[in-house]
Amino acid sequence: MQTEIIIAGFGGQGILFAGQVLAYAAMDAGMEVTWFPSYGPEMRGGTANCTVILSDQEIGSPLVKHPQALIAMNAPSLDKFEPLVRPGGVVVVNASLAHRGIERTDVKGIEIPANHIAEELGDRRLANMVAVGAMLTLLPVLEMDQVKQALRDHLPERRRNLLEPNMRALDAGAAYAREHAVLSS
Amino acid sequence: MPKRELMKGNEAMAEAAIRAGVEAYFGYPITPQSELLEYMSRRMPQLGRVFLQAESEIAAINMAYGAACTGARVMSSSSGPGVSLMSEGLSYIIGTEVPFVLVDVMRGGPGLGNIAPSQGDYRQVSHAGGHGDTFPIVLAPASVQEAVDLIYQAFDLAEKYRTVVIVLADGSIGQMMEPVALPEYRPLPEKRPDWAVTGEPGRPRRRLTSLYLHPEDEEVVNLRLLKRWRQVEANEVRYRTYYLDDAEYIVVGFGMAGRVALSAVRMAREEGLKVGLFRPVSLRPFPTKELRRLAPKAKAMMVVEMNSGQMLDDVLAAVQGQTPVRFYGRMGGMVPFPDEVLEQIRLLVKEPPTLDEDPRERWIAHMEQMLTPAS
Repeated sequence: MQTEIIIAGFGGQGILFAGQVLAYAAMDAGMEVTWFPSYGPEMRGGTANCTVILSDQEIGSPLVKHPQALIAMNAPSLDKFEPLVRPGGVVVVNASLAHRGIERTDVKGIEIPANHIAEELGDRRLANMVAVGAMLTLLPVLEMDQVKQALRDHLPERRRNLLEPNMRALDAGAAYAREHAVLSS
Repeated sequence: MPKRELMKGNEAMAEAAIRAGVEAYFGYPITPQSELLEYMSRRMPQLGRVFLQAESEIAAINMAYGAACTGARVMSSSSGPGVSLMSEGLSYIIGTEVPFVLVDVMRGGPGLGNIAPSQGDYRQVSHAGGHGDTFPIVLAPASVQEAVDLIYQAFDLAEKYRTVVIVLADGSIGQMMEPVALPEYRPLPEKRPDWAVTGEPGRPRRRLTSLYLHPEDEEVVNLRLLKRWRQVEANEVRYRTYYLDDAEYIVVGFGMAGRVALSAVRMAREEGLKVGLFRPVSLRPFPTKELRRLAPKAKAMMVVEMNSGQMLDDVLAAVQGQTPVRFYGRMGGMVPFPDEVLEQIRLLVKEPPTLDEDPRERWIAHMEQMLTPAS
């Protein structure tokens, strides 16, 4: 059983970190996992994305064309990756920055104002964890507690002050998704 | 399960070398390898070991050469363009018969190319690794864990055979994160080997050189290197196989291309296609005999690489026309998706190649079609 997640957005939105949190949680849960970043010139001020694959066996390719889930944190990411999500998969869109809603009708989708929710929590930088929380509601590939434990265990020392806010952001995203998720027909 | 850490390939390779007891690192930054050098710049001084960023790759390799002659455990790392600059030094090190470990984190080329993952240096290191009659050992990891394990072994191999071991990774292995179980810290060597030049007075003079002005003398060295290489060939062939037991078709790929092929082979198996994967880990010595033994059992083989078919030539030499071989590759820093390899596996089964078919012919036509903009 293998699950592929693409997280995409602008550089500076915590895209790569969000993927790492999932990767740490998967590793600590005893799963195989790969975290593959877009790297190189495109990262500077442009788009950033990463692919996280979770599996119960040795992982082949760390990149897939058709992921099981997408977190699109901005408009270009939605345009680029929405068409590629596997039918029956999950699409989480940051409605605060997207110019449109989800067009696919064969996926579970949630349009979540992640920046708005993050600002209400006191820090716009929490939008990434809001989106991750929403994804976990639609794609329960990891327990929320496992992801929170990963934050506790692996958040760098100098970011310790952000531990509680990050966990609140996960919960806020999950709660929003439970109320607003659009399930595929 | 042993405790695992989530590490980026470049940093994990550096940590593996430190745990293997590397005493001196000389290098020069180049993407997509730089995190290895950066990690070394932090950790080596903490441990009281040598880290030195040279003014160029040429300087770095020659510093490493000198340090290796003292019997120290020495390494460097670079990417294609830097490895090109190092190749003179690599040949000197091999000719002088001193151990040295080099990591090549390949990028797109030729020329300055780009920093995306590629396997374009296969021929450069496996079939050359320096001018003259040189025999470097080349090991190709397909995961962060395998990179760690191979680097840990690389120092032993370099010392056992007094030669250069090149760990041939690519930008994807360097940049991705995976869980790794790191090996134990090994103590640094207390005694220097009996060939090392250490400046110790009172014992017979030792001399290390790659300069043999008289061809008669050089030929003696050449034969010694060749005989040692035969030992390497006998003892150090490494590969992994997947789903080969009942396989009628065999995909061959190393490193990242081998991993992508593994995904494609699994997808093909779900469709009922009897396909297996052979993944060479030692590229030199190449698992020639093993592939030769497998060839008669296969209806056809397909080589998958992230280059224009460099290992393909070694596979063809191994197979000796016992089964037809087809090729599929991406170049220039492009990484194939499993779906496109799966499509090629389906075609391999549906329209198997003949022995007369040029292995690259269909692939080139496919590439031309794929890269031509739709009008």
